[in-house]
Amino acid sequence: MTRMISYEARDTWIHRLTGFTKLMFFIIWCIVSALTFDTRVLVTMVAISAVIFAMSRTEWKQISAVFKLLMLFMTLNLFFIFVFAPYQGCEIYGTRTDILHLFGDVYLTKEQLFYEFNVLLKYLNIAPAIFVFLVTTDPSEFAASLNKAGVPYTFAYSFAIALRYIPDVQDDFTRIRNAQEARGIEMSSKASLPARIKNVAAIIFPLLFSTMDRIDVVSNAMELRGFGKKNKRTWYSYRRPGKSDAAVMIFAVLFAVAALVLTYYDGSRFLF
Amino acid sequence: MDPIIEFRDFSFKYKSQTEPTLTDINLKIYPGEKVLIAGPSGSGKSTLAHCINALIPCSLPGEIQGSLTVDGMTPAAEGVFGMSKKVGTVLQDTDGQFIGLTVAEDIAFALENDAVSREDMYAKVDEAARLTDMTDYMKHSPNELSGGQKQRVSMAGVLVDDVDILLFDEPLANLDPATGKYTISLIDDIMKRRDVTVVIIEHRLEDVLYKDVDRIVVIGEGRIVADMTPDELLASDVLIREGIREPLYITALKHAGVEIKAEDRPQHVDTMNVLPYAEELRSWFKSTGRDKADVSDEKILEVKDLRFSYIEGESVLKGVSFDVRKGEMISLVGQNGAGKSTLSSIICGFIKPDSGSILLSGRDISPLSVSERGERIGLVMQSPGQMISKPMIREEVGLGLAVRGVPQAEIDSRVEETLKICGLYPYRNWPVGALSFGQKKRVTIASILVMKPEIMILDEPTAGQDYRRYTEIMEFLKRLNEDMGLTIIMITHDMHLMLEYTDRALVLTGGRLIADAPPSEVLTDKATSEAAYLKRTSLYDLAVRCGIEPPSEFVQRFIGYERGLRQKGAMP
Amino acid sequence: MDKKLCIREVVAMGIGTALFTVLTTVQVPLGFVPNTALQPRMAVLAFMSAVFGPIVGGVIGLLGHALGDALFYGSVWWSWVFPEAVVGVGIGLFARKYAIKEGGFVSTKTIVFFNVVQAVANAIAWIVVAPVLDILVYAEPANKVFAQGFFAWLGNVIIIGILGTILAVAYSKVAGQSRDLKKED
Repeated sequence: MTRMISYEARDTWIHRLTGFTKLMFFIIWCIVSALTFDTRVLVTMVAISAVIFAMSRTEWKQISAVFKLLMLFMTLNLFFIFVFAPYQGCEIYGTRTDILHLFGDVYLTKEQLFYEFNVLLKYLNIAPAIFVFLVTTDPSEFAASLNKAGVPYTFAYSFAIALRYIPDVQDDFTRIRNAQEARGIEMSSKASLPARIKNVAAIIFPLLFSTMDRIDVVSNAMELRGFGKKNKRTWYSYRRPGKSDAAVMIFAVLFAVAALVLTYYDGSRFLF
Repeated sequence: MDPIIEFRDFSFKYKSQTEPTLTDINLKIYPGEKVLIAGPSGSGKSTLAHCINALIPCSLPGEIQGSLTVDGMTPAAEGVFGMSKKVGTVLQDTDGQFIGLTVAEDIAFALENDAVSREDMYAKVDEAARLTDMTDYMKHSPNELSGGQKQRVSMAGVLVDDVDILLFDEPLANLDPATGKYTISLIDDIMKRRDVTVVIIEHRLEDVLYKDVDRIVVIGEGRIVADMTPDELLASDVLIREGIREPLYITALKHAGVEIKAEDRPQHVDTMNVLPYAEELRSWFKSTGRDKADVSDEKILEVKDLRFSYIEGESVLKGVSFDVRKGEMISLVGQNGAGKSTLSSIICGFIKPDSGSILLSGRDISPLSVSERGERIGLVMQSPGQMISKPMIREEVGLGLAVRGVPQAEIDSRVEETLKICGLYPYRNWPVGALSFGQKKRVTIASILVMKPEIMILDEPTAGQDYRRYTEIMEFLKRLNEDMGLTIIMITHDMHLMLEYTDRALVLTGGRLIADAPPSEVLTDKATSEAAYLKRTSLYDLAVRCGIEPPSEFVQRFIGYERGLRQKGAMP
Repeated sequence: MDKKLCIREVVAMGIGTALFTVLTTVQVPLGFVPNTALQPRMAVLAFMSAVFGPIVGGVIGLLGHALGDALFYGSVWWSWVFPEAVVGVGIGLFARKYAIKEGGFVSTKTIVFFNVVQAVANAIAWIVVAPVLDILVYAEPANKVFAQGFFAWLGNVIIIGILGTILAVAYSKVAGQSRDLKKED
């Protein structure tokens, strides 16, 4: 099983921020990163992400497995961009400077390299932010702060339930897969495609059915304990936002405005 | 005093059914009482509980006749939310009831839903945690807790609400005997410290009676068939008639031919007046022979010095060795986390041991793949729902053959043969959904049996089953064992199963095998049974109190006698 | 309760998301196209949407995809998260018509209808929404993202068409109590 990233309780100022603050920061970060193609902004964002990552005292081993997978995906994606559109960079920047003749009429251009470098930066400044978010945010506190921020508590709670039952479903899945494998039903066999899908069905079928049963049991249990009785609910794990939450929010908004002004003041999101 | 729960000429019929599940129930439960509601599966005892907390008719619709009042309220009118302030329900499925991400949050759940302020919440949560002895685990997540601990969290979660009635729906079903005993005493403690009325729905009578109960109400086919004190009930023959297991010491006394009288207080073996019965029991002991099990000398499975750890430095198995002989039926016992499932996972090849070896009929099986081992060592999981993956019985049983590319004609004949052995042939064209639990269990066994394995490993084959179903499943396994020579290993914490159906028990504790002995010895030895989270059998106490030596021999003879009775078909 | 969202739906969103997330790593390699795999979790999404409706389906798609990406791949590809919600909502809109829980998902007509809906919902999601977002966010080449989108559409239609249909039919058979069963000798 691939190792998943999970929350680990520590005491840094990032851990102490409310989940909502971190989510807003993360979303603003994603939006800016999505809108800009300005290399100065992207490089600054990667640098800030790296600093935040370091301050959260996240250990490399918590995320190493996932990070390697991410790098693999990025490499593949960059490769496919080149395969499908070797001159995308030239189109965006409107110039063409050949560096290397590859084969046929395919040339490696400076513009393409620069464009793909920017795409890489876009991924790179999101990754640390998401690692930090996942590793430093207590899921129940997060659900609570979502609700306080205006998300209906039914939705906020469904998120908490998802995190609560991921380990249980994971265990069920492993147990069922093992038992079916012993009966000869393997997911990774070299059989034909329809046969493979059938084998997967033989594993997912019991899993889905026990999940449907579980939904019944959990709904009854929640009803018996009064879930949904009132229009609002309080949260045991809620934390009031503090000064640093305000500071982070202000910083995020100011940074976003500055970054977007810098990006668009010449009328184009691309800078070369 | 007015009753806190009162059923008057109460009947209930589920919307989807044609026959009423409860008929003419007249029952009064008074404040401060502790009442046990017993009955076999399908008798309607859980339905009765759901009427009290208003899940019936609010979530499970149906037709009610007569009246039910709970502390002056009518549950059907108040709804589930209305009743939740009065009645705290602890469900059988502790994983389903544990909703929060941590212990503290789960305890707080009901308060959160009531929009109680956080300051009040903290105090109440702490108090409920103290009451259930969970204070040290507040930040733990459910997957770091044992079944017993999760159940204590469930109790705390309803106790935060100052409920007047605590309703336990089969609280012992998923617990090992020692933890079950703890739960029962915890309920007793709570009653001493809080003014609550307790209603326990359970068919494991002997375990509930570890502490006093005021009354036992027996339900059979939707009607109340008995409502009396434990002493009166144990002196009667109601339990046997209704297919509920009596405490073993009571059964032993009855085998000896004595007539138990209520005034001798048979509720607990250690306080019962055994004097009038001791002589007869002693002479029964002398006249009863020992049951001799004959097993071949041929070793079918040899496990040698298995070691394993998931995380370096934290050994789960610390050198486990044992042999299984052909045709044996043995039990593998030990508390949760002792390494039982790790051991079976290694035998089945799901995980690789760090060191040690496994020989099957003298051959090392380490080169075999999971599916190759699966043909020779079949694994049957606890819940049929975890295995059944085809909607039709025939397909399900034949699946293991079909994926191995066996020709259809041969699949058909082997499936038919297996269905006949398992008594499922008349249902061969039914969808699996239409079967009872016991039949589904047989389908999963059939789906393994069809591959003609040499050994079958069953994980908790009877967990949560009442006496009748338990006997049905176990007698079926015994037949497979005797008629087909199938070697059977059962992972269990059911002491009755160990005693009645296995000749040898492997006791695993802390990754080591601490005993490899007949169950009658394991369950009469205090140290071993405690280490394995089992409970010393009450037969031992009875023997000691009646001056029978050695007690383990008494247990052995009792088991032999019972097996003899079953063979004659004189027992359910 | 707000918007009359009943407890069962809240729980279905949560546990459905958990199931979807866990199945993120379960993939069936297509074989004939390298580096592409069918995602059985899509069949689960289709099933849950078809049983519980558009809100539950949308949330499972959105939350499940985001969580799966984040927990297993350490990034969130928003341009592929939103289309997932589109699939859930699209299939869920017609939940009543399939009547899976009531045992109605057995007639050929219903099965064909379900598959038409899922093919259309997937088309909107992967051939329209996802590529457009990819172009807007990453300025990725159009031919690349539309090619990717097309293969995603194809893969999802196949897996939902086979696995999703198998699951729904099986569940419908089991949930809708069977009548007229007789023991045979």
